[in-house]
Amino acid sequence: MARAVSTRRKLAFTALAWIVALVVFFPILWAFLTSFKTEGTAIAAPPKFLFFEWTLENYRTVLERSNYFRFLGNSIITAVGSTLLGLVVAIPAAWAMAFSPTRRTKDVLMWMLSTKMLPAVGVLVPITMLFRMMGLTDTHLGLVLVLTLINLPIIVWMLFTYFKEIPVDILEAARMDGASLRQEVIYVLTPMAIPGIASTLLLNIILAWNESFWTIVLTTTQATPLPAFIAAYSSPEGLFWAKLSAASMMAIAPILIMGWFSQKQLVRGLTFGAVK
Amino acid sequence: MGSITLEHVNKSFGGVEVIPDISLEIADGEFIVFVGPSGCGKSTLLRLIAGLEDVTSGRILIDGEDVSRAAPAQRKLSMVFQSYALYPHMSVRGNIAFPLKMEKAPREKIDQAVNNAAAILNLTDYLDRKPRQLSGGQRQRVAIGRAIVRQPKAFLFDEPLSNLDAALRVAMRLEISELHNKLKTTMVYVTHDQVEAMTMADKIVVLNAGRVEQFGSPLELYQRPANTFVAGFIGSPRMNFIDGAEAARHGAHTIGVRPEHLVVTPEGGDWSGVVKVSEHLGSDTFLHVDVDGIGALTARAPGDVPFRHGETVGLSPMNGRLYRFDAQGLAL
Ligand SMILES: Nc1ncnc2c1ncn2[C@@H]1O[C@H](COP(=O)(O)OP(=O)(O)OP(=O)(O)O)[C@@H](O)[C@H]1O
Ligand SMILES: [Mg+2]
Repeated sequence: MARAVSTRRKLAFTALAWIVALVVFFPILWAFLTSFKTEGTAIAAPPKFLFFEWTLENYRTVLERSNYFRFLGNSIITAVGSTLLGLVVAIPAAWAMAFSPTRRTKDVLMWMLSTKMLPAVGVLVPITMLFRMMGLTDTHLGLVLVLTLINLPIIVWMLFTYFKEIPVDILEAARMDGASLRQEVIYVLTPMAIPGIASTLLLNIILAWNESFWTIVLTTTQATPLPAFIAAYSSPEGLFWAKLSAASMMAIAPILIMGWFSQKQLVRGLTFGAVK
Repeated sequence: MGSITLEHVNKSFGGVEVIPDISLEIADGEFIVFVGPSGCGKSTLLRLIAGLEDVTSGRILIDGEDVSRAAPAQRKLSMVFQSYALYPHMSVRGNIAFPLKMEKAPREKIDQAVNNAAAILNLTDYLDRKPRQLSGGQRQRVAIGRAIVRQPKAFLFDEPLSNLDAALRVAMRLEISELHNKLKTTMVYVTHDQVEAMTMADKIVVLNAGRVEQFGSPLELYQRPANTFVAGFIGSPRMNFIDGAEAARHGAHTIGVRPEHLVVTPEGGDWSGVVKVSEHLGSDTFLHVDVDGIGALTARAPGDVPFRHGETVGLSPMNGRLYRFDAQGLAL
């Protein structure tokens, strides 16, 4: 295939990919630049691109005014917590569906995924009421639970596709070789499933990290993660573009760094294992 | 010890009967080959013996003990899969050692058994590689190594050579035969290649649509096929079948004669026809001859016969080499 594509077409596709990437990336780049501008330069017309006086003032102010590290801590606790809890529930579920499917397995999977098609606001009222009644509002536990639940269908679906890829022959070989069910799981299945589980884990941490709707709605002060940190710089105090940008940069930096270091696993995860 | 007995084994998959009723006796130390066309139930029968599928009814006995409901591990058999089914995350050493690790054998015993198997199978230099770093033939040997370390009661092979190229297939065929001579352990070997069946087997089970068409030594099947199916399946090129008046003249519904049992003469002979194609293999020549009122016949002649396309030749079956079958296809 690759060889059949002519050089000119390859160039055209590369250019196209770059253009698309730039368009997608532009808002982030702009926020990055704005975060180093003064509030005045930030709203200057015509906008200044690179040649302005760079300043760290916004970062200083944001760090002074709000407790960034508490938000960061909350984000880490809820993203990692909900991902781990999700995996604990999803691994056995996906496992069962992949290795001993019944006639209804496909339906169950579809039904689980279909819950993701409902707009979140649709269940806003019942969820907030449940949270209030159970005293979960503005708690880590509440946030972990809700993040787990909204991402569970995706976790199960991803794990299911990974487990499905494990050849049955190999499991049968282990059975022939005298492995008990426990040994089969420990020595054969798990090592083969770990790359898939790792990809799912990474992707889900990102999804949970970026979830803003529920995290803003269900927290007020104590359990607020980073999306709420950004939001704090938009409405209540009027629009301060430069500070808002600085806050956004600080909110996405950790996840961006994590994503950078785990690119390979992540791409595999996002393409559901299609890239080998 | 490793005798295997099947008693009225029946297997259905959700109402579809794949194996209606098979009874079979495999003696200890025999090399048995299941052969038959694709989809006839060879793999299913092997997997029933292995315990990877449960019999719907009937019994399977190993060394006289009923194992019909026993888990695969309890049957103490080893299996080599068509796909090799090696553990991709383990080294060659890890793969071969796996069955012994599962039975918690002592460290020294495992090392010794692995080194032994590696030496037998020429894998000593590859012990620390991962399966993906091996060629197809080497992977196959690792799969065999994994099967032999446990000293099973019997080996089960499911088309182990079908992913290899022709030359390697011949070499591995010999290796497996030698292995059988050395170990003298019962082997049950599935293939759809009748040459593999003929060359390796002590006894062949010819399967067709889940039924045993014939069970016997390669020569028995070749010399006394029980019916037209076996007659046509065993032997290459295929046996010629003739129906109608010519068959009736011999008092049969169908007569059959193998290409190697037709004598080719420039003229005369029982049947006379025109050469359509002559295939020169060097050692032999296969002549495809169109005979009036009978149809196309294949004859195997020496490598240097002069007959060419369009020439008329005479064909006669050798004495006593004509097979006669009734309307049901059974040998008369
Ligand atoms: N798990 C299963 N569920 C339903 N039908 C099955 C199952 N396994 C096998 N069959 C059917 O049983 C029949 C025999 O299959 P089997 O795999 O034993 O054939 P085979 O002789 O090994 O063929 P091949 O030479 O192609 O490997 C086929 O018709 C197949 O469709
Ligand atoms: Mg098969």
